[in-house]
Amino acid sequence: MNSLARYYTSLDPALQFALLKGIEIVGVLLAVVISVAFMTLAERKVIGWMQGRIGPNRVTLFGIPFTDGWGQPFADVVKLLFKEIVLPASADRVLFLLAPMIALVPAFATWAVVPFSPSFVLADIDAGLLYILALTSLGVYGIILAGWATNSKYALLGALRSAAQIVAYEIAMGFALVGVLMVSGSLNLSKIVLSQSGPFGWNVIWLAPLAVIYFISGIAETNRAPFDVAEGESEIVAGFHVEYSGATFATLFALPEYANMILIATLTSVMFFGGWLSPFDGYLGADSLLAQPSFVWLFAKIVFFLFCFLWFRATFPRYRYDQIMRLGWKVFIPLTLVWIFVEGLMVYWHVGPWRH
Amino acid sequence: MLINILFYVYAATLVGAALGVVLARNSVHSAMFLVLAFFTSSGLWLLLGAEFLAIVLVLVYVGAVMVLFLFVVMMLDINIAQMKEGFTRYAPLGALIALVVIAEIAYAVWYRPVDLNLLGAARVVEDPSNTHSLGTVLYTVYVYPFQLAAVLLLLAIVAAITLTMRQRPNLKKQDISAQVAVRKADRLQIVQVASEKRP
Repeated sequence: MNSLARYYTSLDPALQFALLKGIEIVGVLLAVVISVAFMTLAERKVIGWMQGRIGPNRVTLFGIPFTDGWGQPFADVVKLLFKEIVLPASADRVLFLLAPMIALVPAFATWAVVPFSPSFVLADIDAGLLYILALTSLGVYGIILAGWATNSKYALLGALRSAAQIVAYEIAMGFALVGVLMVSGSLNLSKIVLSQSGPFGWNVIWLAPLAVIYFISGIAETNRAPFDVAEGESEIVAGFHVEYSGATFATLFALPEYANMILIATLTSVMFFGGWLSPFDGYLGADSLLAQPSFVWLFAKIVFFLFCFLWFRATFPRYRYDQIMRLGWKVFIPLTLVWIFVEGLMVYWHVGPWRH
Repeated sequence: MLINILFYVYAATLVGAALGVVLARNSVHSAMFLVLAFFTSSGLWLLLGAEFLAIVLVLVYVGAVMVLFLFVVMMLDINIAQMKEGFTRYAPLGALIALVVIAEIAYAVWYRPVDLNLLGAARVVEDPSNTHSLGTVLYTVYVYPFQLAAVLLLLAIVAAITLTMRQRPNLKKQDISAQVAVRKADRLQIVQVASEKRP
């Protein structure tokens, strides 16, 4: 151990930095992947309870008692990895196999700028908000390419639906973030969190319409129910991933979709609900234990929003496609524009906690 | 050292991707090569410290323009053999254009007026936040040209939408706002029917 430490300090500073960041990145990615695994379990369990069923309860976690069903994600992973990958005869082989990987990269890379706690963020860059907007807009490629490369009517229809939907809701999301930017005066996510400190500081209090629009657009962006027309099984079989099986199905469909869900929940908490700030910050004394900022608060907020994702899926019937488009273009975008204008007036007349 | 390695990796990828755009037989593959080219050039801009431009390149070109482009290209039904019919006829013209472009690039590289250090050219900004300094300039010195460009873009959007607004008369279609705004009283009439007397 001692010699290892000595070897580390003898390295070039740039290499030391790269090594340290590499370990951090692997740690964050592992956390995301494990969260995704248990998210699939939580989804089936929670929806099961809401519908008066039990949900998965067969596989225990390494035989530990009272963990009925907890091992289900691992059983699923093993099953998916050992399944045969079927290549359709008329598919474009290269793009067919490339699409899942293209879908995976932005879902993971966006985590680089997320501030997890006051002291931990992988890359504390100044243009963090722009980086998030840029990378989340890349997620659509995996779906479009999967739909096209499969060379099947249903897959292409699913891809087109999904692409049009994502492009539409991205604009509303971007405008909602413009509102956040106007309040915080910075594109750096840590500074956005810090600007929300103090009593009544959370952005959601002053930007409630934007917060709601951001979260709902986030649900549409991730193709989740009630906006999951891209895979509407009653109309187009399963949409863009009809022909995917085994490991390609897992990496194209399950991993990016759930990672993006967790990401949207995280970003909603960071942008509008104070991120790692405590909900008691500014109400209790500054030295109170409950008022300390920490990862625990962020985690609690993320869990709440993820629960909302599942709750919506169990509650709402699927939207009709033209209604989705109407909601995105004719309701959300004008609403965000109006609220940005209102916010401008609030800043101008010094209403609210903003000093600039 | 590390930056030099990254520069050459990005540059080589960029050139390879650009060749791929031209040489790929499948137009969707070409479009994807173009995406790769945009991505690597954004990486090059990042190396120069132009973080705002780099991210905006990805956001606008890769995230929006190329998605729509890919949309169109995916729908095309191209017959490669038919496309290649006029090759010999247009080859001299193509070669001429290529020569002119190469000559221009060569001129710019060998006879550049100031001695540019290509690796560290633009990394002399005092303000570390690229976005902030760009915004300051755009909204003070260049505010009128900037607003004018925005209005032009808005005009283009309105024009494009107007072109697609043609509608057949007497077309039966749903009015969703009317559907959503409908109330129970509009559709449902509750009638009190007197029950018949028992015989």
